[in-house]
Amino acid sequence: MKHLLTTQDMSKDDAILLLDTSAQMAATQSRENKKLPTLRGRTVVNLFYEDSTRTRISFETAAKRLSADVINFSAKGSSVSKGESLKDTALTLHAMGADAVVVRHSASGAAHQLAHAGWLDAGVLNAGDGMHQHPTQALLDAFTIRRHLVGHVGDDGRGTDTSVGADLAGLRIAIVGDVLHSRVARSNVYLLHTLGAEVTLVAPPTLVPVGVETWPCRVSYHLDETLERWQPDAVMMLRVQRERMSGGSGAFFPSPMEYSRKFGFDARRLAVLPDHAIVMHPGPMNRGLEISAAAADHPRSVIVEQVANGVAVRMAALYLLLSGTDSGDSGASTQQTSTDERNVL
Amino acid sequence: MNPGTRMPESSESPNSTPGTAAERTVLGEADIARALTRIAHEIVERNKGAADLLLLGIPTRGVQLARRLAERLAQIEPTFSGEHGTLDVTMYRDDLRRQPTRAVGQTVLPGSLDGTIDDKVVVLVDDVLFSGRTIRAALDALNDLGRPRVVQLAALVDRGHRELPIRADYVGKNLPTSRSERVRVRLADVDGGADAVVISEAAPTTSAPTTSPAPASTERGAR
Amino acid sequence: MSTARPQTFVLRGVRPYGTDPVDVVLADGVIAALGAPGTVEVPDGAHEITSTGTDEDGLVLLPGLVDLHTHLREPGREDAETVFSGTRAAAAGGFTAVHAMANTTPTQDTAGVVEQVHRLGEQAGWVDVHPVGAVTVGLGGERLAELGAMADSAARVRVFSDDGKCVHDPVLMRRALEYVKAFDGVVAQHAQEPRLTEGAQMNEGVVSAQIGLTGWPAVAEESIIARDVLLAEHVGSRLHVCHLSTAGSVEIIRWAKGRGIDVTAEVTPHHLVLTDELARDYDPVFKVNPPLRTAKDVEAVREGLADGTIDIVATDHAPHPVEDKDCEWSSAAFGMTGLETALSVVQQTMVDTGRLTWADVARVLSENPARIGRIGETQGRPIAVGEPANLVLVDPAATRAIDGRSQVTASDNTPFQGMELPGRVVATFLRGRATVLDGAPVDGTPVGGTLEGATR
Repeated sequence: MKHLLTTQDMSKDDAILLLDTSAQMAATQSRENKKLPTLRGRTVVNLFYEDSTRTRISFETAAKRLSADVINFSAKGSSVSKGESLKDTALTLHAMGADAVVVRHSASGAAHQLAHAGWLDAGVLNAGDGMHQHPTQALLDAFTIRRHLVGHVGDDGRGTDTSVGADLAGLRIAIVGDVLHSRVARSNVYLLHTLGAEVTLVAPPTLVPVGVETWPCRVSYHLDETLERWQPDAVMMLRVQRERMSGGSGAFFPSPMEYSRKFGFDARRLAVLPDHAIVMHPGPMNRGLEISAAAADHPRSVIVEQVANGVAVRMAALYLLLSGTDSGDSGASTQQTSTDERNVL
Repeated sequence: MNPGTRMPESSESPNSTPGTAAERTVLGEADIARALTRIAHEIVERNKGAADLLLLGIPTRGVQLARRLAERLAQIEPTFSGEHGTLDVTMYRDDLRRQPTRAVGQTVLPGSLDGTIDDKVVVLVDDVLFSGRTIRAALDALNDLGRPRVVQLAALVDRGHRELPIRADYVGKNLPTSRSERVRVRLADVDGGADAVVISEAAPTTSAPTTSPAPASTERGAR
Repeated sequence: MSTARPQTFVLRGVRPYGTDPVDVVLADGVIAALGAPGTVEVPDGAHEITSTGTDEDGLVLLPGLVDLHTHLREPGREDAETVFSGTRAAAAGGFTAVHAMANTTPTQDTAGVVEQVHRLGEQAGWVDVHPVGAVTVGLGGERLAELGAMADSAARVRVFSDDGKCVHDPVLMRRALEYVKAFDGVVAQHAQEPRLTEGAQMNEGVVSAQIGLTGWPAVAEESIIARDVLLAEHVGSRLHVCHLSTAGSVEIIRWAKGRGIDVTAEVTPHHLVLTDELARDYDPVFKVNPPLRTAKDVEAVREGLADGTIDIVATDHAPHPVEDKDCEWSSAAFGMTGLETALSVVQQTMVDTGRLTWADVARVLSENPARIGRIGETQGRPIAVGEPANLVLVDPAATRAIDGRSQVTASDNTPFQGMELPGRVVATFLRGRATVLDGAPVDGTPVGGTLEGATR
């Protein structure tokens, strides 16, 4: 795996490998010593053109738990905000010998360009590009869903994650809110579908993109109807940006109150769900707008666990990006010898 | 991404050994059974019983060998708890950058341990002891799990050519080999067929990794 | 023109409009003779060009191409293109006249600026440069620019456009349509409803939904066109619609023409062949305004061009410096170069598919644009004895691989990079003088201006 840019073209095998690796990473994170020597000597650059302390810290923690050197390169107060182009930054990182670049950018496609424009040869990990994709968020969501709804850690009495190797076949996931602007929604729709889950997007029509008909999911404009009739196993609430409500004639819905009444998740709506259903949110939450405090803090809310799982998933992604030879066919002969001898070490 | 997608089991190809010279079987099913029984007795003898004993197999075949040893120990020493587990050493290896990406395996400790191996007598179990680098990785992995009272090593076959100051406490069979030869352990519950230890000439080094004749047991995640 | 060196050419076995081979003599800036091979009298010392092809694929002779929509960038963005480099590229593409769009810096919204651009064109001498005047001051969409002054200037402006911006205020648009009637001008509308396209990056549809770029709905173009044809009807003005790109736009123009409204429409070469699927790799070379649409729209504009609903092909040649395209999609500039590929794209999409004849190509790339721009006295003329020798000679059997860096234009941003396109301009003649010979610009011989050997 050279880059992790999108979930749209990810195969099911790759998705399950990422989740399984995440499970092993998660297992190490309950130990007293959480640090692994795996990526010692490798350099991971967190290149953040958008403020996102939470995501940056998650990636930074993941890289450090794997003993990689971490360099944080944020737009604020650096040459980036003074007009240095993405290209020049990439060339700089290349010159500095970055092994992997974790990039967050407000422009859709920035991660793709970084990976493919020939500016640098490091692995690129998309930490959110505009309205396009945020693959590690979708992976941590899928990981959280799998742990809760497919298997349970320790069910076999031996500390094993019994969901390892499993997909999400047959599960029903409702994704609710601002789908139009959401990279989380895009990433999740494709990944969850690939893993065999059924997805329903729930949003006011103004927040559903034109062209959604090719997405592997269904669309509903009614939250209550979806919860009651479709009985999802997990409900994923999306953050509603405050700026979407203002803008006069350009606002996407009439008022926060109306949005909250029709699309906000609260204890009443939680009660409609099956007993095993879980409530998710990628954070940060607007309590009182898309989710009520009672729902967010309910025992069936796994929102805090999503954050914890984020570290394990990002460890897995970094591991799969950075371990292994740079390309599959380089140094075949020397590699061959050691590969052959591996089993007899 | 395409590397690392093959899981251990799916990459098994026990019958295909293109490019290899004829194999020579050096241990048969009965030999292996006898060796394991002997090792079990030696473990009890050396440790004066089986108190605090924990067998940890190194994937893939070490896991099965650890299970078989645990069964024997339980027969020999009724006080033995039967505890055995799996120690995945992938993330501790020193050759990650020189190999295709490996899938990370599970480390499984018996549930009764509550996640710690402090003060246990750990016996690492592997199929073939060669350079010693896997055991080095295993010792580091153990270190992160806790602080065992003592760590011992059991290997079904010791083929020599050590690259680190590591030796086995229990050896099923010492096999003099040349570096170019390959030693493979086949176990019925992993590979199908009968248990056996075979030696063959290594494949020509020009063959591509994807057509590697290496037994795929530990060649996880090959590109 | 007095400084032009006299040149005489004989073109042997060339096929006017792709018909039967003839011999053509160009002398004293006009077509001096035309007749069956071997029947015309050739002056001494004539430079000879002989078609080597057969009757079916020999060199095709067309009237010099006229572009109604070129961005020459000068004054202001000489790092992207100059009048000299842009017109040299135009000649290489077979053009003998271009209309230089008004979005320069300063804007071509006064007589002074349009005269400057006109003069630069004369000095360069590659093609006739006809500046387009801005409709509103600074393209601001608020106050009419001095349209009359530009019309009366030495540049004799007849086409007015805020191209790049839409004249979206309906009252202002009405006034502009009415006002230019006094001097037979035309408003060329860039149809883009601004509120519907705030932050828009690409066609709104399946692809934009997947790749997360803000969509540019077809209706933002179509609603303005619908409004403007009705306005034009109401005030009895003629209207030109720039670069229409959607199936709906074609329908509206077809309806308007059926109703007798005096509207003309253009399509760009890139909208004849490229679709929004190309945005998937986020290569900003495919970022253009209006955006690349869907395969259905491509088929609709081809159909419209074939049936005459769309009157012309215009390049919307939009040069940009490398840095404006070598960046994130959302930061990149809109536009792609087109002067040197336009004829090839039209050949590939329309001629080689049997939808247009070479005579039709002459109509949509020369005669109609000359008529719309009111330069039909000198450009877009018939290939006949006595007519000005503004001609292009095309080898339709040739193919060439497109490479942005080896283009004549100062910019590299071609969406056809690496593609094989049919057809090659062999020679271009401006008033009888070769601006291009053997496919290469003939440097150092300006024809129109007063400065011999003017350089960029």
